[in-house]
Amino acid sequence: MLDPVPGSSPPQTVFQLERVSAYYGGNLALRDVSMAIPRGGAIAFIGPSGCGKSTLLRCFNRLNDLTRSFRLEGRIRYYGQDLYASDIDPVQVRRQVGMVFQRPNPFPKTIYENIAYGARVHGCKGDLDERVETALRRAALWDEVKDRLQVSGLSLSGGQQQRLCIARAIAVEPEVVLMDEPCAALDPISTGKIEDLIHQLKQTYTIIIVTHNLQQAMRVADRTAFFTVDPHPGGEKGGYLVEYDATEVIFHRPKKTETQGYILGIR
Amino acid sequence: MTSSLEAPQETANPSEAAVRRLKKNPGSASALFNTAMTGVAGLCAMLAIAPLIAILFYVLFQGWQRLDLPLLTQLPPPPLVEGGGLGNAIIGTLLVVGIATGMAVPFGILAAVYLAEFSGDRPKIARNIRFATNVLSGVPSIIAGVFAYGLLVATGALGYSAIAGGMALAVLMLPTIVRTTDEALQLVPQDLRWAAASVGASSHQTLLKIVLPAAVPSILTGVVLAVARAAGETAPLIFTALNSSFWPRSLLEPIATLAVNVYNFALVPYANQQQLAWAGALILVILVLATSVISRSVTRRRISEQQGG
Repeated sequence: MLDPVPGSSPPQTVFQLERVSAYYGGNLALRDVSMAIPRGGAIAFIGPSGCGKSTLLRCFNRLNDLTRSFRLEGRIRYYGQDLYASDIDPVQVRRQVGMVFQRPNPFPKTIYENIAYGARVHGCKGDLDERVETALRRAALWDEVKDRLQVSGLSLSGGQQQRLCIARAIAVEPEVVLMDEPCAALDPISTGKIEDLIHQLKQTYTIIIVTHNLQQAMRVADRTAFFTVDPHPGGEKGGYLVEYDATEVIFHRPKKTETQGYILGIR
Repeated sequence: MTSSLEAPQETANPSEAAVRRLKKNPGSASALFNTAMTGVAGLCAMLAIAPLIAILFYVLFQGWQRLDLPLLTQLPPPPLVEGGGLGNAIIGTLLVVGIATGMAVPFGILAAVYLAEFSGDRPKIARNIRFATNVLSGVPSIIAGVFAYGLLVATGALGYSAIAGGMALAVLMLPTIVRTTDEALQLVPQDLRWAAASVGASSHQTLLKIVLPAAVPSILTGVVLAVARAAGETAPLIFTALNSSFWPRSLLEPIATLAVNVYNFALVPYANQQQLAWAGALILVILVLATSVISRSVTRRRISEQQGG
């Protein structure tokens, strides 16, 4: 067995980005991002629309591979391994890096099957009932649905559907959960429940969340990355990373004027 | 099942195990199944286009030597006379199919608009109309010909004519157009109708400016499918448009069409006419291909304009 790398300190790096640029066809969506995402905790990506934060999020589980014209430059390392190397199976990447989308998108199946599906796809052995219960408990949904596991997932309310989607994502025991504006379609009460849930889940998983809600970033994230894009028509294309630091620093003592302007709502 | 889930050897560093599971495993059951099924699907796709390629190749092979200017400009020759062409049949096919399209498209699209947009209060009627349309699409084309014959020819209303032929083809085109338009309209998101209604558009403004334009590409695909089918139909035209050895002078007279000419000339023992039959088949194939290619490029341009590309 290999010896542990000498001097590797406890906050291990899950994702190491080295000069990542992303293109859709000829359009530059994101340019030259370098950053390190530590294991555990929650990281928020904030910034105006079109700054490439959702694009970057979808790079982490290679979901952009499904977009034909997509191209990535630079390197994303996952525990040191190049995620886009030719011998990497994107299907296995998505098993370890789960995702929750903006609009709740449960499968048109029963609540039980929504959770069990991923486990079955990956051929998990063991007690499926137990796995479903664990996932639903972790997603704080168990008490609300335990008596009606066989009804359709689509019969739940929006907030419940989103927690079902979170349960579905964590049922395959990923390392990382990506969340693309998970509360954008939800009411404040449901949003509060999801945020509580993120606090719970970040003890176990690394959570990367894209949000337009700055208070939400402050409430849930340990670290925050601010992206922006040149709004002038003739300006440089593609979103870029402006500042990445502890959430407290980004919101109270940002170093860059762009960050400060965005946080304070100054154009 | 997949080897990726078998407990990996415990290591001091759990992330090493995580990375190891990321590697492609070409020998795993799911990877093998994936490769095999991709192969099967590819093979089926090849088999599905094989008849098309074979037909195109054979028709081209047999027909290309007569593909010249006289073919397009001259009348069919009598038996045992060399030369000649199918000029009247080409014009005839365009006329008859044009008449059929002119009848079937407005009726079909309006019927589908009723089904998809305005039949909400009468779901039973809509269901019955949809069922009847499906039945009509299964009716053999010769029956459509007999119908037009009984309605327009046998009664003496029109006699053998381009219009009677067009009517027979319109009956065949109608169900395809109704069904594809109906489906296309149902696929237009409800949000779009609400958005139009909430800026104060009336239902016909919503329909004409928002809903129909959004559905145009699929509607056009349905129309092209229907036209292509109608252009190649022979049986219904034998009863209705009959045939003619002369240039068309009136829509109320018997008229030559490519399909009927191919049918007639393929059965005679004269080499020249048989060659003309092949050439006619080739023209028919080219016409149908050209229609679909042109309509596709037009709709593609429309879509990219709509999306601001």
